[in-house]
Amino acid sequence: MAMTDPGPGASGPAGLAMSARVQAEMVAHCLRAFPDEGCGLLAGDAATGRAVTCYPTRNAAASARLYTVDPRDHLRADRDAEAAGHTILGVFHSHTHTDPYPSPTDVAQAPDPSWHYVLVSLRDELASVRSYRIVGGRVTEEPVAVLG
Amino acid sequence: MTVEVRLPTLLRPSAGGAASVTLDGATVGEVLQDLERAHPALAGQVLTADGSLHRFVNVYLNDDDVRYLDKLDTKVGEGDVVSILPAVAGGAS
Repeated sequence: MAMTDPGPGASGPAGLAMSARVQAEMVAHCLRAFPDEGCGLLAGDAATGRAVTCYPTRNAAASARLYTVDPRDHLRADRDAEAAGHTILGVFHSHTHTDPYPSPTDVAQAPDPSWHYVLVSLRDELASVRSYRIVGGRVTEEPVAVLG
Repeated sequence: MTVEVRLPTLLRPSAGGAASVTLDGATVGEVLQDLERAHPALAGQVLTADGSLHRFVNVYLNDDDVRYLDKLDTKVGEGDVVSILPAVAGGAS
């Protein structure tokens, strides 16, 4: 698998892996949230970059153009992940009518350079999933491996 | 009051790598000021220069977001847990 340099300042693996189940849960949540943007958190092993749990969260912005991970859902996910020995690896959200590429809003508000930023585009009939690292305003796409 | 403050991964390097610290204060604001005193590298990352809550973080008292309680004036009790997490937002626009 080709790896992409996440750039200076990023830590952890240069790529995101997830099970087909996690990917399906993520896309299903985004479809349920439509026409609003859907969002949630992914948890797993930070050392390997493997997401094993999808935490769908409410979009507190309730908007087709913006998302805000509901703060209480975030706390609940963080605690659950920690109890399972996992860490929050990153966040996913949907773009309902645009490419799966981080918008200027996404870049400006990316909180953590170690996170994976996953975009689910619902623009086309088949949802597409991409993952990025965002470090100091620089966006780098990384490979997404979907495991069985 | 002595309370536990749980830090997000991003802020732990500024607190000597600790995931949680034990601090004192009667309100959430006082506890966060004590956090900055104990770990000066955290100054400006949770509270703004004028002492209000930074908009890029969420602070919780036990299960509740303090923005929906009394914000920084929220009173804390012995054994309470204050959690800090990044505010996660963005969108297509």
